[in-house]
Amino acid sequence: MQVATGTKIVNGIAIGKLHIYKAPVYEISEAQAEDPIQELNRFEQARVKVQEQQHALYEKALKTAGEESAGIFEAHELMLDDDDLIDGCKAIMTEQKKGAEYAVREGFDNVAQMFSEMDDPYFQARSADIIDLKNAMLDVLMGNDTDSLQGTEPSILVAEDFTPSETVKLDKSLMLGMITREGSSNSHTAILARSMNLPTLIQCKDISDDWEGKFAILDGYNSCLYIEPTPDLIETLTNKHNEDLKKEALLQELKGKSNTTIDGRTIRVYANIGGPSDIGAVQANDAEGVGLFRSEFVYLNSKEDPSEEEQFQAYKRVVETLAPKLVVIRTCDIGADKTIDYMNLDKEENPALGYRAIRICLTRKDFFKRQLRALLRASAYGNLGIMFPMIISLREVRECKEILAECRRELANEGVKVADKIEVGIMVETPAAVLCADELAQEVDFFSLGTNDLTQYTCALDRQNAKLEPFSDTHHPAVLRAIQMTIEAGHRHGIWVGICGELGADQTLTETFLRMGVDELSVNAKSVLPLRKIIRSIDLSK
Amino acid sequence: MKEFKYTVTDPVGIHARPAGILVKEAKNFVSKITITKGEKSADMRKLLALMGLGVKQGEEVTVQIEGDDEEACAAYIEKFFSENF
Repeated sequence: MQVATGTKIVNGIAIGKLHIYKAPVYEISEAQAEDPIQELNRFEQARVKVQEQQHALYEKALKTAGEESAGIFEAHELMLDDDDLIDGCKAIMTEQKKGAEYAVREGFDNVAQMFSEMDDPYFQARSADIIDLKNAMLDVLMGNDTDSLQGTEPSILVAEDFTPSETVKLDKSLMLGMITREGSSNSHTAILARSMNLPTLIQCKDISDDWEGKFAILDGYNSCLYIEPTPDLIETLTNKHNEDLKKEALLQELKGKSNTTIDGRTIRVYANIGGPSDIGAVQANDAEGVGLFRSEFVYLNSKEDPSEEEQFQAYKRVVETLAPKLVVIRTCDIGADKTIDYMNLDKEENPALGYRAIRICLTRKDFFKRQLRALLRASAYGNLGIMFPMIISLREVRECKEILAECRRELANEGVKVADKIEVGIMVETPAAVLCADELAQEVDFFSLGTNDLTQYTCALDRQNAKLEPFSDTHHPAVLRAIQMTIEAGHRHGIWVGICGELGADQTLTETFLRMGVDELSVNAKSVLPLRKIIRSIDLSK
Repeated sequence: MKEFKYTVTDPVGIHARPAGILVKEAKNFVSKITITKGEKSADMRKLLALMGLGVKQGEEVTVQIEGDDEEACAAYIEKFFSENF
């Protein structure tokens, strides 16, 4: 048995034969061509043909991999229209009297080199696109058959790396897993792996040609590949693989179904997200909306205070892509354990009880208004909700709403479109908010319980202090009672109440929350379907 | 001649797909369109040259439009920038 290691892209196990996927080697003549006119014609025919191929790949990718992955092939089509590229190749045929293959290699390599020398990783990676197009041109010119490279039986494919067009062309029904020597977590290989949920190792430096046809198991959980594994290992990993398949099948069956208990009570199960990059997970896990979009990422990913426009673009992308689903965006929750240099916050003795979240926003009004204006502008593109964190008093809520109204008036005067109705809610994460829930409920459209902070503040237990572990009880009766009081107060005033903290995903409490009358649970995307399964098995009439 | 400045807000900058569409659309106008970042300039009708500028988030570009339909062309391009980059 041989063990190889790499970097995993998705968890999971693949069992089967290894197949080495090798692109053809191009042998190109450097001799002078007999008839330059004929070479120009061959070049032009190949160019048109490759554009057609790229268009077909675009259509295929659109159906199988989505708009974002497909876009690159549309760009490929347009790159092949580029005058500089075409003229560069043509000059080699007319001036140096070389063949079309030679002209393609030189012309495309020049452009690929320009990209590979740029310092930004996005533009560097575009050199792979040009190489991809070069190979497609050469395959057409030389009559290479690239369709049979994959073989005819299901296998774990082993390659140096996959180009964008290869990842689309590959017959997915014959793929058990992928292993590449190169690639990054942003490469096309990784994107394909994630979209197909296919066990994949990248950066596997041990790849060797004599692996061809050997039996192997790819263990994505442990980032390794066993070649000719021992019988014991085969048995253990096969069992694990079968369990995965069973679980996955069960969850897939739940997609499109409602979160309804046996006796007919339906609640909403939403996802928590941290930025536009999580949109895919929301869709893949069939969440009905977003109950908590932590807006901190726009502040944490930026070297300086992010502009209104920058924030607007990020919010718009999420709201627009997920429309008509509700997306609740929590306003800036900086401070305590999340600090940022450009905010120039003082070091505090007791940051959890300190200057954070809404307390910063209400004292730095211009900063707050930039975010609120960006949110209001984004609201025109879908179904957006706004949620204020760390609220302890009625006065704070009223002040937030006043500033929001002020931003709305400004935008109306500027002629900027804003949604007519935007749900406005608060996080209930302090004992003060729980005890004042009746008053607060009359000011807002919803409550969302932040159980992490609520537990910390209710039990006076610092979340960050590991020494307190023996004293902490995530199911502390005081916290559960606080949740119940909040739900009841909300319902007395006709507003909906959700839970967006960690506790929402705790399956041992799902029934308890349902009995308390919770309307919504917002959890990490991966927990949406398992939670749906539990909800559908609960009977509240018993 | 018309001219506008624009600061790119898209996280990946002036990237392949929208740039490709822009180049295609630019060919519907007769005006000469030049985009400049720092000391480097590119013809807006040439996709690879445009991408070769490597315009990233937060960087400012200047776009100059000159020709018979410069009014309409400038309005179109400026709108395209604000919606896509």
